[in-house]
Amino acid sequence: MTDATRPSPAPSTGAPLPDTRTPPLLPPTRAEYCVIACAEAWRDNGEVLASPMGAVPSVGARLARRTFAPELLLTDGEAMLVGPDGTPEGWLPYRRHLTMVTGGRRHVMMGASQIDRFGNQNISCIGDWERPARQLLGVRGAPVNTLNNPVSYWVPKHSTRVFVEKVDMISGVGYDSAAEAGPTATRYHRIPRVVSNLGVFDFATPDHSMRLASLHPGVTVEEVLAATGFGPTVPDEVPYTREPTAAELELIREVIDPQGLRDREVPG
Amino acid sequence: MSDKTMTADEVVSRLRSGMTLGIGGWGSRRKPMALVRALLRSQVTDLTIVSYGGPDVGMLAAAGRIRKLVAAFVTLDSIPLEPHYRAARQSGAFELTEVDEAMFMWGLHAAANRLPFMPVRAGIGSDVMRVNPGLRTVTSPYEDPSTGIRETFVAMPALRMDAALVHVNRADRSGNGQYLGPDPYFDDLFCEAADDAYVSCERLVDRFDDAVPQTLLVNRHSVTGVVETPGGAHPTSCVPDHDRDEPFQKLYATTPWPEFTERFLYGDEKAYQSAAQAWHEERR
Repeated sequence: MTDATRPSPAPSTGAPLPDTRTPPLLPPTRAEYCVIACAEAWRDNGEVLASPMGAVPSVGARLARRTFAPELLLTDGEAMLVGPDGTPEGWLPYRRHLTMVTGGRRHVMMGASQIDRFGNQNISCIGDWERPARQLLGVRGAPVNTLNNPVSYWVPKHSTRVFVEKVDMISGVGYDSAAEAGPTATRYHRIPRVVSNLGVFDFATPDHSMRLASLHPGVTVEEVLAATGFGPTVPDEVPYTREPTAAELELIREVIDPQGLRDREVPG
Repeated sequence: MSDKTMTADEVVSRLRSGMTLGIGGWGSRRKPMALVRALLRSQVTDLTIVSYGGPDVGMLAAAGRIRKLVAAFVTLDSIPLEPHYRAARQSGAFELTEVDEAMFMWGLHAAANRLPFMPVRAGIGSDVMRVNPGLRTVTSPYEDPSTGIRETFVAMPALRMDAALVHVNRADRSGNGQYLGPDPYFDDLFCEAADDAYVSCERLVDRFDDAVPQTLLVNRHSVTGVVETPGGAHPTSCVPDHDRDEPFQKLYATTPWPEFTERFLYGDEKAYQSAAQAWHEERR
């Protein structure tokens, strides 16, 4: 775990007391709104494993665990289930992790090299699969994840290269593909949200196509549409992603991510 | 008890071109790299490789030894994309059976249990079905008690292998293998799913007197040969004996393959380990 403890107060020296009043908090950065948007994905999930991929979702999951979702389970990135301070509380090697997926007691937030309007996701390759222009990771566990436990997505750089009309290799199954594949595919299929550096998206439309659910403060609908390769549903009134509380900001900045990994993923 | 110890070259002398080989570990973790290096020194080629892929796949791909790969991914973990694997795929160098991580695991279970397939709720709806036109589905003979539906699953075929190569922390001469890290990966299944299994280890031991029972992962009935190769997983991790050699892995990932082989793979395993150590010393 990378949590750092807070610095302890300086020992008393008898010298004039330094000014210990807390300076006013700097306003939230874009990365911090993204952290909040990711953390909210795990609200009210109950006693399930939060599996974040990427720096911002990891900070978000740990924030949720430390605040409004203490029931969540987290791993150390290897084979141990750990508490917020890194203390082991369980064993989760890959073989058991895969059973947690198929048992459904898990909510993963995966990355996406491409994602389309129905939530089909690609992490396998770009171009023709037979001889790809760019080989990426491979489908990994995306097919089994999407059919068995809730899968959200995190896109740190929202662009028309990622949000595309049609993905080149369906790795994570979207709503239209699941419906076409039948009841075995739809039974446990759910994509709660897609978080990008511009906003939050969900599939709360009659045909389960993507909808703009909230904008991060400072972002406009026009910006989102210009960076999206298809036309998502845009409600008349688009809310903003909620503000972090002062306590949340302090946790993010001083306890969970003092090294600022979130800012490297989403520069200010 | 029969003594199954042998050298890495003796292991490779039992392998033939055209075989299906399983390779244990996961990504860039506890890979039997000394056995892979011995394979690279041989003329064995035209292989079908079954692996949760890491630098094992990258090196065999770079050396042109793979005819067909069965995998869900190939990665170096700290370096997400394996450069030699990418280059090979982008030049259409070999055939790929791309399946999901769980489909792969159930294929190992099927093979270990002498079943032709296992049903999995994975694959349908994704392009795994499109790129594997040979994959079949199977309909449950039972109605689901809550929905009344007889669900249809992918029938993941058994991943039966001619031989499996795995690396563990400790082993005895009769082929019992012990892992001491946090994750067994699927090494026991690889051994059980193969006709022959070869286990390399960091250190040979006479007995496992004080072993935590669950660490005794690989049992001798599924093992043909044992090789002692300290540092045999290098540069992948083999905790607690050693972590991944990140600087060296970076060097591997950024050096053209002919240059890398000339510098590190010109000789036997001892020469490799010395060359890697010399490289580290030069950096100081």
